[in-house]
Amino acid sequence: MIDIFSLSVMDIVNWSLHVGLAHFLLLAAVLFSIGLYGLLTKKGIISTLMCVELMLNAANINLVAFNHYRPFQDFSGQLMAIFSVAVAASEVAVGIALAFRIYREHGSIHVDELNNMKG
Amino acid sequence: MNEAVNLIHGVVNWGMGTAADLDMGTLIDASVFYALMWVSVLSALGVVLCKNVVHSALLLTASFIGVGCLYIYMSSPFIGAVQFLVYGGAVAILIVMALMLTRRDDMSESNPSRNIWCRVGAAVISGLFFCCMALVTLLTPFKNVTVDLGDSVTGLADMMLTKYIIPFEVAAVLLLIAMIGALVLAKGAHES
Amino acid sequence: MSEFALTHAWLIPLLPALAFVVIGFFTRLDKSISAKIAISMISVSFLLALGVLAAVISGPITMDNPLIQKVLWAKMGTLELSMGVLVDPMTAMMLIVVTTVALLVQIYSVGYMEHDPGAGRFFAFLSLFASSMLGLVISVNFLQMYAFWELVGVCSYLLIGFYYYKISAREAAKKAFITTRIGDFGMLLGILLLQITFGTLDFMELKELVPAYIWISGTGFMTVVGLLLFIGPIGKSGQFPLHVWLPDAMEGPTPVSALIHAATMVVAGVYLVGRAYFIFSALPAVMTVIAWIGGFTAFFAATIAITQRPFKRILAYSTISQLGYMMLALGVGSLTASMFHLMTHAFFKALLFLCAGAVIEAMNEEADIFKMGGLRHRMPTTFKCMAVGVLAIAGVPPFAGFFSKDMILAAAAEVSMPLYLLAAATAFLTAFYMARLLFVAFFGEVREDCPAHETNSYMRMPLVVLAVLAVVSGAWGHFAGFGEWVYFGAVQEEHIDFMIAGSSVLLTLIAFALAYEIYVAKRFSAHLLAQRFGILYTLSYNKYYVDEFYTIVRNTFVDKLGAVLYWFDLHVVDGVVNGLAKGVGCLSCVFTALQNGQAQRYVAVFYCGVIVLVAYSVFCAVRILNLLGGAF
Repeated sequence: MIDIFSLSVMDIVNWSLHVGLAHFLLLAAVLFSIGLYGLLTKKGIISTLMCVELMLNAANINLVAFNHYRPFQDFSGQLMAIFSVAVAASEVAVGIALAFRIYREHGSIHVDELNNMKG
Repeated sequence: MNEAVNLIHGVVNWGMGTAADLDMGTLIDASVFYALMWVSVLSALGVVLCKNVVHSALLLTASFIGVGCLYIYMSSPFIGAVQFLVYGGAVAILIVMALMLTRRDDMSESNPSRNIWCRVGAAVISGLFFCCMALVTLLTPFKNVTVDLGDSVTGLADMMLTKYIIPFEVAAVLLLIAMIGALVLAKGAHES
Repeated sequence: MSEFALTHAWLIPLLPALAFVVIGFFTRLDKSISAKIAISMISVSFLLALGVLAAVISGPITMDNPLIQKVLWAKMGTLELSMGVLVDPMTAMMLIVVTTVALLVQIYSVGYMEHDPGAGRFFAFLSLFASSMLGLVISVNFLQMYAFWELVGVCSYLLIGFYYYKISAREAAKKAFITTRIGDFGMLLGILLLQITFGTLDFMELKELVPAYIWISGTGFMTVVGLLLFIGPIGKSGQFPLHVWLPDAMEGPTPVSALIHAATMVVAGVYLVGRAYFIFSALPAVMTVIAWIGGFTAFFAATIAITQRPFKRILAYSTISQLGYMMLALGVGSLTASMFHLMTHAFFKALLFLCAGAVIEAMNEEADIFKMGGLRHRMPTTFKCMAVGVLAIAGVPPFAGFFSKDMILAAAAEVSMPLYLLAAATAFLTAFYMARLLFVAFFGEVREDCPAHETNSYMRMPLVVLAVLAVVSGAWGHFAGFGEWVYFGAVQEEHIDFMIAGSSVLLTLIAFALAYEIYVAKRFSAHLLAQRFGILYTLSYNKYYVDEFYTIVRNTFVDKLGAVLYWFDLHVVDGVVNGLAKGVGCLSCVFTALQNGQAQRYVAVFYCGVIVLVAYSVFCAVRILNLLGGAF
C-alpha cells in the first residue's frame, strides 16, 4: 500500500499523458456507469432506452480499443462492434415500437407504473 | 497484497515510461483524447441529469459524436462513420420522433427521475460498478502495442464476406425481423 | 385319474374362483345360470379333491413326505416369494371336507335363495369363499396362507353383510371383520418375525430350521412368535376373548352360517395351528396357553349356550365350544384328535345349521325356539336329520362326535386332569343344550299359528347326505385308521379308553334325561330353575356381558383417546402446519418486496450480482491473470 502512495505526482502525470488501452477502458467504464445510473433512476421509458444506448456505446468503445491496442493484424474487434451496432439499432427500433404501444395502452410511458410482472 | 502493489508498479512503468518520452506528438494525442473524452462524458452526464427530455436526446447525440471521433482517433474510421450515421443520425432521429409522438405537452419537466432513495441506491450501485471496473483495468498490465492495420474498410469487407458470412447474414435477417416486429408492435395486432 | 388330480391340485381353488369371476362379471342377474355355474365348478373341485384323497391314500404321501409344487410369485432382491400346492393327508382331508360342505351348501342355497333377487351375487360370494378356503388349505408358506386368510375374512364380511339393507347385518359384518382383523394383526407380526429371523416363510424349510433354532437359542423368542401367531387363530376361530363376532355372524343367510361355522372360516384358525404345529409343539408354554384357552372357551361358550333362545345363536355358541375342543386337542399335543374332530364337526355342524335354516325358513324367519314346538310332525325329514346331528354332537355312539370327542378327552386326560374335567363338563353341557334345543323346538304340542311345512327337495337332499356323513364319518375315521394318516411326530395309537368313553357316554345320557325331564315331561319348571340360579342364569343369558365390557372399554379408552388425539390433531398438528404456512407467508412477504414487478428493481439486483462476481474475480486477480497468460 505504501508504494501506491509513494508514487510521485510526476509519475501520475506521465501516465495520464501517455494515452493507452487503460484510458479507453476507464472511459468506457465511466460511460457505462452513467448509463446504468440513468437506467436505474429514469421514469420515462424513452429515457431508459437512451441510457441503454449509452451503455452499448461503452461496450463498443471497449471492442474497438482492444482491437486497436492489440498486437495482431486483425479486424475482429471492429467487426464485432459493427454487429453490435446492428443489434443495437434493431433493439432501438423494437424498443421504441414497444414504447408506442405501451403509451397507447396505458396512456403513460412511466416505467414505475408498469408492474404487471409483480408476483 | 504485495502482488497487487507490484502490479501497480508495472502499470506505471509500462504506461508512462520516463519523462524523457514526453514530446509534442504525445501531448497533442493526449489533449485530443481528453477533449473528446470530456465531450462524451459530460454530454452523457447531461443525458442523465437534464430535466428536459429533448435536451437529453440532443446531448445523447453529442455523446455519440464524441465517441465516434474517438473511434477515428483509434484509427478505425469506418466504425467512426458507422457511429455517426447510425447513432448520430438514425437512432437520434428515432428517439426524437418517439418523444414527439408520445408527448405533446410542456417539455420542461419531461424527464423525471425516481425518488431520492432510488437515486442514492442507483448512484451506489453504479459507483461500485465503476470502482470494480477501474480496479480491474488498473490492475491489469496491458501492453500498449499498436500495429498499423492498413485499410480497415478492405479488411472488414474481407472478413465479413468470408469468415463471418453467417453472422453477417444473420444480422441482416435480424434487422428485417426487427423492422417487421416494430411495425406490428407499433400498429397493434388487434387493429389489422 | 388320481395322479391327474394330484398334479392338478392347484385347480381345486382356482375353479370356484373362476366361477366367482364369471358370475360376478356376466351372469350375476340370472339366478339359475349362476347357481349352475357355481355348483358345477365346486363339483369339479370336489371330484378333484376325491382324486387327491385317493392318490394320498394309495400313494407314498404321508405327513412327513408331502407333495409340493411351487412357482415363483414375486422376487424382491434376495427375498423370493413363492406360491404353490402342498398336499399331505391333512390337506387332503381338509380339501374333502371343504369341497363337500361347500357343494352341499350351494345345492341347499338353490332352494334357500329361491325368492331372493340377489341370489347371483350370493353364489358369486359363496364360490369366492370356498375358493379362498381351499387356497388357504393348500398353501405352501405363511405368506400365501395369510393372503388367503385375509380373503376368507373379506368373503365373510361380504356374506355376513349380504342383507346389507338390514342395519344389524351391516353391524355384524363390520364386527366380524374388525374383530378378526385384531387377531390377524398379531398373526402378521408373528409372520414378519419369522421372516426376519429365518429369512423364509416356507413351511418345509421352517420345519427344518425351527428345531435347530430352538436347540441353539432356547424357546424365549420363539414363544413370543408363537403367541403372536396364535392371536390370528384366536380371532378367526372365535376363541375367547375374540369370540364375540361369531354369534353375530348368523345375521347372514343361513347357508353362509353353515359354511362359516362348519367348513370354511372358523376352522382356518385350527388348521393354521395344525399346519404350523412344528412351531407350536416345540414351545411348551404356548402349548399350555393354547390348551387352556381352548378348554376355557369350550366350557365358557357351553354355559352361554344353555340359556340362549334363538335357534342359530345356540348353534353359534356350540360352534365356539367345539372349536375350543379342537384347540384343546391341539394344546394337549394331539393333532390327530383335533383334525378328526374338525372333520366330524364340519359335517354335523353343517347339518345342524342347514336344519336350522330349514326350520327358520319354515317358521317365516321366527328364530326363538320357545315359539316353535312339535315341529317333528310338520317336518319329519328335517327332524330326523336334526336328531342325527344332535346325537352326533352330543357324542352318542356310534355317531361321529363320539369317536372324535372321545379321542380329545383321552388326549386331555393324558396331559392334565383339570383340562379333562373341564372338557368332560363341557361334554355334559353340550349334550344338555343340544337336547334342549331338540326337545323344545321339535317335541311338544304343535302351535295353532305354526306355519311350518316341509322344505323343498333342494334343501332336503343335502340334509340327508350330511346326516349320513355325520353318522359314518366318525366310525370310518376310527376304524380306517385316521391316526395313522394324519399325525404329528409319531403315529397315534387308535384305541378307546373305556373308562373315559363310558363316563362321557354316561354324562351325555344323564344330560339327555335331564333335558327331557325339564322340557318335555316338565317335571321341573325351567322358570323356577332360572330363578333359583338367578345370577348365573342372568350372566349366562347375557353372555357374561363380554360385549358390554367391550363397549365400555371402547367408550372409555378408544373414544377418550380419540378425543385427546383429535384435540392434539386440531391444535398441535394443524397448528404446526398452519404455523409453517404462516411462516412461509411472512417470509414470502419479504421476497415479494424484491419481486415488485418493476424492471428497474430487477436491473438493480442484477447489477448487485455482477458487482459481487467482479469483486470476487478481482480478489482472485492472480488466478485470472494466469488464465490470460500474458497476452497483453
